[in-house]
Amino acid sequence: MTAILEIRGLRTWFETRRGVLKAVDGVDLTIHAGEVLGLVGESGCGKSVTGFSVLGLVDPPGRIVEGSIRFRGEELVGASQERLRQLRGRRIAMIFQDPMMTLNPVLRIDTQMIEALRAHLRISWREAHARCRDALARVGIPAPEERLRNYPHQLSGGMRQRVAIAIALLHGPDLVIADEPTTALDVTIQAQILHEIQTLCAESGTALLWISHDLAVVSAIADRIAVMYAGRIVEEGAAETVLEHPSHPYTRGLLDSVPSRNRRGARLRQIPGMAPSPLALPEGCAFRPRCAFASARCNQAPALTTLAGGRRVRCHHPLAPTSPDIVLDPAVRNA
Amino acid sequence: MLAYLIRRAFQAGLAILVMAVLVFIGVYAVGDPVDILISPEADLAEIEATRRRLGLDLPLWQQFLIFAKNALAGDLGRSFVHNEPALRLILERMPATLELAVSALLIAVLVGIPLGMIAGLRHERPAGRAIMAASILGFSLPNFWQGLMLVMIFAVFLGWLPAGGRGETVPLFGIPVSFLTLDGLRHLILPAVNLAIFKTALVIRLSRAGTREVMLQDYVRFARAKGLCERRVVLVHMLKNILIPVVTVLGLEFGSVVAFAVVTETVFAWPGMGKLLIDSILNLDRPVVVAYLMLIVFVFILVNFMVDVLYTLLDPRVRLAERRG
Amino acid sequence: MSAFVAAPAVETPLGRFLREFGESRMAVAGAAGLFLILLAAVLAPWLMPQNPYDLAQLDILDGNLPPGSEGFSGTTYWLGTDDQGRDMLSAIVYGLRISLSVGAGSTLVALIVGCAVGLVAAYYGGPLESVIMRVVDLQLSFPAILVALILLAVMGRGVDKVFIALVIVQWAYYARTVRAAALVEGAREYVEAARCLALPDRRILFRHLLPNCLPPVIVVGTVQVGHAIALEATLSFLGVGVPITEPSLGLLIANGYEYLLSGQYWISFFPGLALVATIVCINLVGDQMRDVLNPRLQR
Repeated sequence: MTAILEIRGLRTWFETRRGVLKAVDGVDLTIHAGEVLGLVGESGCGKSVTGFSVLGLVDPPGRIVEGSIRFRGEELVGASQERLRQLRGRRIAMIFQDPMMTLNPVLRIDTQMIEALRAHLRISWREAHARCRDALARVGIPAPEERLRNYPHQLSGGMRQRVAIAIALLHGPDLVIADEPTTALDVTIQAQILHEIQTLCAESGTALLWISHDLAVVSAIADRIAVMYAGRIVEEGAAETVLEHPSHPYTRGLLDSVPSRNRRGARLRQIPGMAPSPLALPEGCAFRPRCAFASARCNQAPALTTLAGGRRVRCHHPLAPTSPDIVLDPAVRNA
Repeated sequence: MLAYLIRRAFQAGLAILVMAVLVFIGVYAVGDPVDILISPEADLAEIEATRRRLGLDLPLWQQFLIFAKNALAGDLGRSFVHNEPALRLILERMPATLELAVSALLIAVLVGIPLGMIAGLRHERPAGRAIMAASILGFSLPNFWQGLMLVMIFAVFLGWLPAGGRGETVPLFGIPVSFLTLDGLRHLILPAVNLAIFKTALVIRLSRAGTREVMLQDYVRFARAKGLCERRVVLVHMLKNILIPVVTVLGLEFGSVVAFAVVTETVFAWPGMGKLLIDSILNLDRPVVVAYLMLIVFVFILVNFMVDVLYTLLDPRVRLAERRG
Repeated sequence: MSAFVAAPAVETPLGRFLREFGESRMAVAGAAGLFLILLAAVLAPWLMPQNPYDLAQLDILDGNLPPGSEGFSGTTYWLGTDDQGRDMLSAIVYGLRISLSVGAGSTLVALIVGCAVGLVAAYYGGPLESVIMRVVDLQLSFPAILVALILLAVMGRGVDKVFIALVIVQWAYYARTVRAAALVEGAREYVEAARCLALPDRRILFRHLLPNCLPPVIVVGTVQVGHAIALEATLSFLGVGVPITEPSLGLLIANGYEYLLSGQYWISFFPGLALVATIVCINLVGDQMRDVLNPRLQR
């Protein structure tokens, strides 16, 4: 499988009055044509910023200070604004989290869809209108002709997100970056949208970078999973392997804290402590303060090492593949 | 939409009625209206005749009806100084003031919005900061002083433009306007700029605040993510959202522009309503003052109403909410 | 995991205010300028070579002299004289006294009146509040200058009448600000606690509610002082403000206007400069105070 997106050593920092906010601090990722990569992590770990960095959409005072992002062999970091503009929406598309805020409330749906088409193609308004109508029908929106004349606030949340998906797929991009597209939707709609995106991408062979904090959603759709913590990738591998035999203690903790995975009546598990602020990352391994397996070695930042089976993990003490039910809370463990 | 308009029109009418009552109370009920409506030099016979004509010996409510009837017929008293119906005097001078006010607002919008957007988009850079500093000077310095400076620089020292007065006028739909003649334009520039400074500063600050808020919105980032060129992002996506609050405020400010014209007209000897008001106050020509007050109130309420309509046209969310509601 | 930070040395609210105020060099410059202006205004009778209101001291033959010239009595007129022979420098400083006292004084009185009304409206609520706020809204929908002109048309000229007109023009703004703040504060627990203790209404209003509503009011006040001074100057310039015998800066400027066109600029220019300098200083100080006192700006 060919790699269409290769991110190496990406660092995106925000220079604020309170200090340097290291939102992304050393991320390596590879996405192959047609595959679905799930990027998982809690709020504030830098996953959204990673997505924005690919398209050069990081708002000042943030900027990419280091690293390389190669799309089909072409370097995006440092590329001209015009080149990035040509790629955006056409070869790499993005779907955002809250469709209410991503669609301009004072412009009609057809305006916002047609302009996306005409930004890259020289076609007439009528032709563009027809294509948009078909695109809406393809994402399962009934009466697309009418919907085109509506304003965003006249559509439900699920519909707006479908419109966003339609816009993303208008030019048949090679890669779609979806930043928590189902988080703002009702649970029932979530499943629908999830299915929609999955089917469309599979049909057209589009690669998908699905960014989410929700492990359940990611597990349903991803081929490979990358786990992010405090601005770095801590684990990466095939979906089943990561989900069933996690190597990094943080991944294990994430999986264990999913309520549905616990026995009824048993105490809910959680990872003690809080994620560090991106303004003040600790020395060494960022997870050390909360890790039950931390040792003196962990004061040195671990590198991303490759394990058997193509998995990669950033840990000095990766969990053995067949660990039994491990209790992560050091207080209980050491008792 | 129609129901909404009718409702607003009704509210406007009610407001005018309330103001009429207030003015009536102020003039007729507080103190002796004779002092206000009759020239101090009138002799006893005239006073008596006026009393009877205005019905000042009748009960108050009947007086109000007479007042209202007269007002609707356009009779708001007679000027002592000019010996003409006050309303006619004011209306004669209204085109001059309106010409000034509209020019000032146009300048404020055409200059203020782009400057404000630049200040917002480049708010950390020197250009943005310079524009903001200039805007602070614009609205904190007294209007008349700015006018004086304009006269001093452009009329006295440089001699480029005339120091006052209105230029040549030509009739447009029967109303004399001066902006269609070159001489008229030369006379119009300085006072229009003077009147516009305050409003331009306001528009700059509003546009800048609006731009800074809109800049950070997700839909701007999404528009860029679609691959739209920056020009379209700013002019189509951002501008419309910035315009809405600016237009609203500006519309409400129209009344204050007409009021402030008083100062500009005095500095530049512009023959408008404002100058008439000041002269009338200084000459104790009270019927004119009362007539001016009534007219201004009416204009205010009318403008507020029109701004409402404009707002619903611009913001689809309001328009459609009203239709459903 | 958080590092344990040593507690900072205790700083009084006033100390913190002064420190944060001093963060802006412009504001400090403005404050310094303001101080000098106030000093000149207060010490005018001792500092100025001439009392411009004392007609006996004026010599009309000294009229319209350009800046720097010497008069018949030997005094140097640093800023020239006006048509009555008044020394411009003295006239300006004395005019400043009137401009400042009327402007700042009316703001203070309007603040007190507005606060009282706004507090009462917010605290007692009900129909009283509705009526008061309607009046406030009505007044605020008209431009200040129009209201002032109408009031002065009715009352006539005079320093006291200008003062009253300015107070009437400004009180509504404070009433609205205080009421908004009081509505927010009134919902907080300490007011409820005070009520539970059966403290008298007046005490709750003035000892508990008022101090917490003051910051936004002070913010409005600092901005308004500049506006009040500018408004008084405008009214005087138009001829409906202070009488000729006690000219404020606005009237001085008006007097000099006709000479402006013939090149004798100093009669209008210098008073104008003084007026502008005063307003700019006040605005610089006011802007910084607003930034410092604004509870919404996290510092």
